[in-house]
Amino acid sequence: MTITVLFFASCRDLMGVSDRRMTLAPGATVADLISTLASEQARFADLAPSLMVSVNQVYVNRNVQLRVGDEVAFIPPVSGG
Amino acid sequence: MADDVYKIQNAEIKPDALYDAVLADSDGAVTTFAGVVRDNTKGRGTSYLIYDAYNEMAKKKMREIGDEIKDKWDVDRVGMLHRIGRLEIGEISVLIAVSSPHRKASLEACHYAIDRLKQTVPIWKKEVWTDGGEAWIEGDPSAPGTSRDRDI
Repeated sequence: MTITVLFFASCRDLMGVSDRRMTLAPGATVADLISTLASEQARFADLAPSLMVSVNQVYVNRNVQLRVGDEVAFIPPVSGG
Repeated sequence: MADDVYKIQNAEIKPDALYDAVLADSDGAVTTFAGVVRDNTKGRGTSYLIYDAYNEMAKKKMREIGDEIKDKWDVDRVGMLHRIGRLEIGEISVLIAVSSPHRKASLEACHYAIDRLKQTVPIWKKEVWTDGGEAWIEGDPSAPGTSRDRDI
C-alpha cells in the first residue's frame, strides 16, 4: 500500500526531502514505518524517540495501523509562537 | 462581519485587521497578544528567524484551541495568525485576538491561547544568529501539558 510521508524542520533537514511516497506491506503500523526509515537513514533512529507522529493531521500512537493513502507526518517538538 | 480567524501566512501581520475581524457590537473587550522577534536568545545575537509550519494541520490545531477556549470561557470570537518564512527583528510572528462581553474572559482566554499554541500547533522556528550559526529550535517534549500528552 502507498502512503505519503511528510518531514518538517530538523527532520526534513536530516531526510533531505519534505515529502515522499512510500510503499509498505498491508497492515503496517507507524512503528513499522519508523523501522523502515531508520534502516535507510541510521540517524533517523536517533531522532525518532523525540518525534510526534500524525496521521491525516491527528496525533497518533505508534501502534496505529496505516491505510492506503494516509498522510503521515513526523513532527519534531514544536517551537511556534 | 465578525468571525473566528485561523490562518498561517507569509505576509506581514498587521494587528488592526485581526482586531477588527473579531470585534462586534455586543463585545465589551478585545484582548490581543503579539509575539515579536527578539534580537537575542540568552544573550546570543539573533540575525533573523525562519518559521515553518505544517499548514493544514496547524490551522486545524489552532481551531481546536479556539473551540477549547469557547468551552472554558464566555468569549465571542477568537483570531489566531501565525507568520511563516523569514522574519526580521521586531516583526510579529504570532498574533492572537479574543473578543468577549467582559474583560476577564478575553484576558484569560488570550493567555491560554498562546500557551496552547506553543504546545500543540505544528510550527517550528529556526534561529539564525549574528555569529553565523543557525539551528531549528525544539520545544521540550517532556514538559507537562505538551501535545505529547494529549490527543493520543
